Amino acid sequence: MRMLAVIRQVLDAEESVVIQDGAVSLQGRKLVMDTMDEYGVEEALRLRESGADMEVVALAIGPARSEEAVRSALAMGADRGILVETDTFLDVIAVSSVVAQVARTEQVDLIFCGGQQADWDSHALGAAIAERLDWAQTTWTNALTLQDKKLTGKHDVEAGSETFTLSLPAVVTTQQGLNEPRYPTLPNIMKAKKKELRRLPLEGFGVSAKLKVTGVEVQVKERRKKILDGKNAGTAAAQLVDLLRNDARVIE
Amino acid sequence: MILVIVEHALGKLSKSIYEMATAARQIGREGPVTMVVLGSGVSSLAEQAALLADQVLVGDKPELAHYDPEIWASAAAQIAREGEAHTILIAGSRSGREYSPRVAVKLDAPLIEDAITLEDRSGVLGASHYTFLARVTEKVEAQGPVVVVTVKPGAFAVAQPGSTAAEQFDVELNLPLPRLTVTGRTEEKSERVSLTDADLVVAGGRGVGSPEGFTQLVEALADQLGAAVGATRAIVDAGWRPYSEQVGQTGKTVQPKAYIAVGISGAVQHLSGMNKSKFIVAINKDADAPIFKIADYGIVGDVSEIVPAIITELRK
Repeated sequence: MRMLAVIRQVLDAEESVVIQDGAVSLQGRKLVMDTMDEYGVEEALRLRESGADMEVVALAIGPARSEEAVRSALAMGADRGILVETDTFLDVIAVSSVVAQVARTEQVDLIFCGGQQADWDSHALGAAIAERLDWAQTTWTNALTLQDKKLTGKHDVEAGSETFTLSLPAVVTTQQGLNEPRYPTLPNIMKAKKKELRRLPLEGFGVSAKLKVTGVEVQVKERRKKILDGKNAGTAAAQLVDLLRNDARVIE
Repeated sequence: MILVIVEHALGKLSKSIYEMATAARQIGREGPVTMVVLGSGVSSLAEQAALLADQVLVGDKPELAHYDPEIWASAAAQIAREGEAHTILIAGSRSGREYSPRVAVKLDAPLIEDAITLEDRSGVLGASHYTFLARVTEKVEAQGPVVVVTVKPGAFAVAQPGSTAAEQFDVELNLPLPRLTVTGRTEEKSERVSLTDADLVVAGGRGVGSPEGFTQLVEALADQLGAAVGATRAIVDAGWRPYSEQVGQTGKTVQPKAYIAVGISGAVQHLSGMNKSKFIVAINKDADAPIFKIADYGIVGDVSEIVPAIITELRK
């Protein structure tokens, strides 16, 4: 059996966003594996460690620099990596086709995918992959066990949560709370350098973008920035309530 | 034909459906605005939808009693194909964003997620949406005649129901069996207004000091204002508050008229969930906290003194 963890390299959330030549500039910025994808890698490793006889493969689709994210997954403990290289922007629906093709070739039984992407803010990849493979899915998963090709777990829904069972093959999307991703240790980082990382060109997959990006702008909302000194709590509180009532008019 | 897949709970249309009715009229694409009502025993919902649309398609079947992503996607795609719909609008809720990708794949259509504007330009659907943890607005164009769109809650004005009801038609649906077996459901229960619908939100972070501090400061102020309660990831991780109250990248996104941040420093992950609030109020002892950079009003001071003083002032 085999698990696939789909990972992406994104701008570190603590980095500020700078726009250059009509796109968010990543030049010289700190790039990391998407936190949501780290949960997926970690969960695959945990299932393997809990006794599931499964190989863990990390898959990234993106520019050559995404190799760093694949190496991080290998350093966490994934067995091998695949990088489908492209410099063109591909929307999530197009990417899902690439993932599905890799999953078929690799005869994967379980796919992990981040619940929300830190750059495109997309939630769609996991469900789109599941649809292409005609598999079931669970999204916003926060607990998971695997026994005899059957997943048991808990996930969040519209207003609350559900416990569920689900037979493999399946797609699982992650969220905070699923686990605490491990930090790669130095020996494991060294080991990861020797693990197999296969590069494939995107051209072989026959996909084309379904969305075209025509512009980006950074959101800057003008704020009033009336900051009061709170040394005298009563006076500051009275001023604030007055502002909320008569300036913003948000309370009665 | 423009389809709006109706979302509902407890026998009422979600607020987002009234917003999507506005969006459907604003796009500038031809064809009737068609509401699709899926569920079991939904005749009253269909009547509510009929006041917002040019026509209503009703799929009323026992198999639709509970939402399932595969069943919903199958129903939406069948109706879209048979009606030759070019635009399928789905609510940008957790479930809408879960089944919409399946609809897009079934129809071989582009998917625009969480649209805040929608506009047809000579047959090409253009949209804008937030990216990079809601810090960037990106404009996109759909490459294809049929487009699936999820609409961000709060982005469009609420449509007023008309006085005449549109005609309703029953639809035949060939539905798959659910593969995800639900073994238990836990409803989020709160006496307060829901976080995502609230006009006012009071949220707390580490600066409130303890779970008790949260109750005495954040909950007390929220109750005084009739506001919803929010929390940062740090205190949810620490077990002070339930995940359902978390605001931010991995929690909920809110856009209230006023967001009052108590003892919150303002990590990017948190800001991405609330930075579209109309007014932001920050109360924090650290004058250099990033939250003050995006605040309309703020007080630099001890939250355990300031918040009770605000409550006293509100009671006057």
